[in-house]
Amino acid sequence: MANDHIDITVEPGEVHALLGENGAGKSTLMNQLYGLLQPDEGEILVDGEAKVFRSPRDAISAGIGMVHQHFMLVPVFTVAENIALGAEETRGGPLGWLDRRRNRRDVLETSKRYGLPVDPDALVENLPVGAQQRVEIVKALTRDVDLLILDEPTAVLTPQETDELLSVMRSLAETGKSIVFITHKLREVKAIADRITVIRRGRTVGTATPDTSEDELAALMVGRDVSLEVTKTPADPGREVLKVSGLVVDDDRGVRVVDGVDLVVRSGEVLGIAGVQGNGQTELVEAIMGLRLARAGKVELEDADLAGRSTKQVLGAGVGYIPEDRSLDGVVKDFTVAENLVLDLYDREPFGSGLKLNLKAIADSAAERVSQFDIRTPSPQSTVGTLSGGNQQKVVVAREMSRPLKLLIASQPTRGVDVGSIEFIHNQIIHERDVGTAVLVVSSELDEVVGLADRIAVMYRGRILATVSPDMPREEIGLLMAGITGDTQEEDSE
Amino acid sequence: MSGVSTATAEDLSEATAPDRFWSRQRRLGAALVIIGLIAAVIFGSLAESATARFTLSEDAEGAALSINGQFGAILFGVIAVAAGGALLAGVAKRWQTLLLCLGIVAFVFSFLCWQVAGKFLPLVDTASGSLELALPLILGALAGVLCERSGVVNVAIEGQFLMGAFGAALVGTLATSVWAGVVSAIVGGVIIASLLAVLAIRFLVDQVVVGIVLNLFALGVTGFLYERLMQPDALKYNSPPRLPEWRIPGLADIPVVGPVLFETNLLVWLALILVVVIHLGLTRTRWGLRTRAVGEHPTAADTVGIRVRGLRYMNVLLGGVVAGAGGAYFTLVSTSAFNKNMTAGAGFIALAALIFGRWTPFGALGAALFFGFAQKLANYLSAVGSPVPNQFLNMLPYIATIVAVAGLVGRVRAPAADGVPYVKS
Repeated sequence: MANDHIDITVEPGEVHALLGENGAGKSTLMNQLYGLLQPDEGEILVDGEAKVFRSPRDAISAGIGMVHQHFMLVPVFTVAENIALGAEETRGGPLGWLDRRRNRRDVLETSKRYGLPVDPDALVENLPVGAQQRVEIVKALTRDVDLLILDEPTAVLTPQETDELLSVMRSLAETGKSIVFITHKLREVKAIADRITVIRRGRTVGTATPDTSEDELAALMVGRDVSLEVTKTPADPGREVLKVSGLVVDDDRGVRVVDGVDLVVRSGEVLGIAGVQGNGQTELVEAIMGLRLARAGKVELEDADLAGRSTKQVLGAGVGYIPEDRSLDGVVKDFTVAENLVLDLYDREPFGSGLKLNLKAIADSAAERVSQFDIRTPSPQSTVGTLSGGNQQKVVVAREMSRPLKLLIASQPTRGVDVGSIEFIHNQIIHERDVGTAVLVVSSELDEVVGLADRIAVMYRGRILATVSPDMPREEIGLLMAGITGDTQEEDSE
Repeated sequence: MSGVSTATAEDLSEATAPDRFWSRQRRLGAALVIIGLIAAVIFGSLAESATARFTLSEDAEGAALSINGQFGAILFGVIAVAAGGALLAGVAKRWQTLLLCLGIVAFVFSFLCWQVAGKFLPLVDTASGSLELALPLILGALAGVLCERSGVVNVAIEGQFLMGAFGAALVGTLATSVWAGVVSAIVGGVIIASLLAVLAIRFLVDQVVVGIVLNLFALGVTGFLYERLMQPDALKYNSPPRLPEWRIPGLADIPVVGPVLFETNLLVWLALILVVVIHLGLTRTRWGLRTRAVGEHPTAADTVGIRVRGLRYMNVLLGGVVAGAGGAYFTLVSTSAFNKNMTAGAGFIALAALIFGRWTPFGALGAALFFGFAQKLANYLSAVGSPVPNQFLNMLPYIATIVAVAGLVGRVRAPAADGVPYVKS
């Protein structure tokens, strides 16, 4: 059950934050409100009138709009086509000839009225995410919504873009529109919300006002006291373990996404790479891991050149890898926990030799890992697909950390993971650092990078703009993430 | 304090130089130069030094173009090389397609000069023959466009052809009406299409597998009924009337174009009109916008209130109508009797035309005409006793498709959600 008797009331002109962990049931709730899912029980009242939403069409006509976490835009369509879709202006008649001029004019009008600049003729696939999000908001607004639901809208934005979005939300609320803001980021909630509803495991666990402290909100959200800070001792960096120089990588379309990156990770330190998603972090990590061919540059692991090595060889050289997309690259969902734990070691003693697997050794080691890494699973023989996101991620972490490492690469290590597991995984990463492993953490969550890293490299459009200390004010790091270098960095980075 | 990205400019330009030099334009140019050279040298040296005549009439009279075969083969080869060279040297974008077409046409003519030396090629007959052979391919590929732009892969075009051809023959004979034949051809196509729609959209069966199974089903059913019903009493069940050829007075008197386009059967006009109608429909109407949205990003379409499955059902059934009409070609136009497996893979060539034509109606038309021309040429060459085995020319559609899919003719991109069933999460 994803939602268990939830009550929520949204007033006109208010920004109502829906706060909860990943998997708490926020999106499920909103998908019912938007007609994508049907509730088994309970009712939806709009202006005091009971409504049944069988499809988004019903919700839209009742004045509800939604900006989804994953944008619902057709990449090969223009902005105007995307906004018109489903509510096309036609020249009348049974043939439904599109009135493109009127569609375009509507877009420009809405865009101007709410101060959300969009280019109606641009192809959506060519727009940066911030602009795509504006398109989504304009799309909802052209449909004359009274209630706008924003599902995790800040996940893909820089801190500056986030601030911009928050002020857009504020001005929309001032025009009398109601806004439901779904998030798990406490700081944003405090900055914008008029009222806060906290959801945990499908239930409403409390309502709060913005002057509630972050720690109190976190406790409500998780159900117990959690420490939001990562506790760690100062780093004790040793020898250079990973040295990347002049790395150039293209993506699948042949677009240059890593454009001459140099970085060094020393043993016993965590180097964090901060940056908005899509600035080349993914390809940088893939190139280091041998998953993607670099066009130029060098990757050295303790003086051994990794260029041209297969991923298996890179792993064998003592590199642990937590991939960013758990379900695509991290685990095989239909395999058991025990099988997933030996995905990289199945052909080595004691787990396998020659043609056969040593099932007993695999089972024994799995039982040990499950308790050591606190993997909540019915049994080591359960398939990984049945576990929660946090526990799946712990399977990946357990696998990668259960052999001696020289370098650990953790890419978005806590994406889609509940707060309890985040704490655990962060502690494991720090523990790995403390035993002398070099750690490279890539995350689009600035809080995570600041919490874990001893040094932060900010990546923007395929380049490292600067390497800074985690003590640097967040606003300055945020500016770097948006590609704005201050006077101190300018000479170096250009 | 700042870490630095010392972008090593020299390294960069060195690493990317070959990549930038071999742009698509240059690759095509180089390919043209190579085939042009082959044409000039090989075709030129093999060609007889006799007059090749391309005539406008059905016989050797009134040559529109007479040229010494050897000279022609070399001349056209050199033209192809020149077009390729121009592409290699770099020209403005709007000239690229033109030069590419010029190069390919020159190559074809070089080949023809070699083959026709000492003989003649009736141009009008070749053109109208190509169009007729292309007819089922156009309709089949259009059916594919309708299905696949909305996200349903249609491998069952072959089965739709067969059912259409069978239905046209059977009902056309029984009702002694060619129009009843055409209608039942459409019904035959729709039967296969509705099976495809229900299995693929409702029951989420793998669409390629369903398509293949439906082809085998159509082959089995029509083959069985043919042997049990049609073969024993062909006169009663398997002698449908032919689709009449109509002549539009005035227009049909235009040289070359007239006899090809305006003295032909209804199906040809239907196909050509459908190309325009579907093109306009897809690009200019609400239906088209929604169809493309459903084929590219069905979830996005759903969230703005579009009924994804309903639209897919409609498009697959419309595809069945068009493909079924294409099936009528086999029993009402090209021959006047049904025969077991008489479509002989035409449905798959239509599929190839769809891909070669990049999932667009006009692209499909061009590809179908090209394939039709290749087939017509193969027939002609085997008739005049050419040393080139006609199987080589019959391979052309498949080779062209492989080249297209390999991305040599620009990026061939299917609709993003093509073949992916839509399941609400």
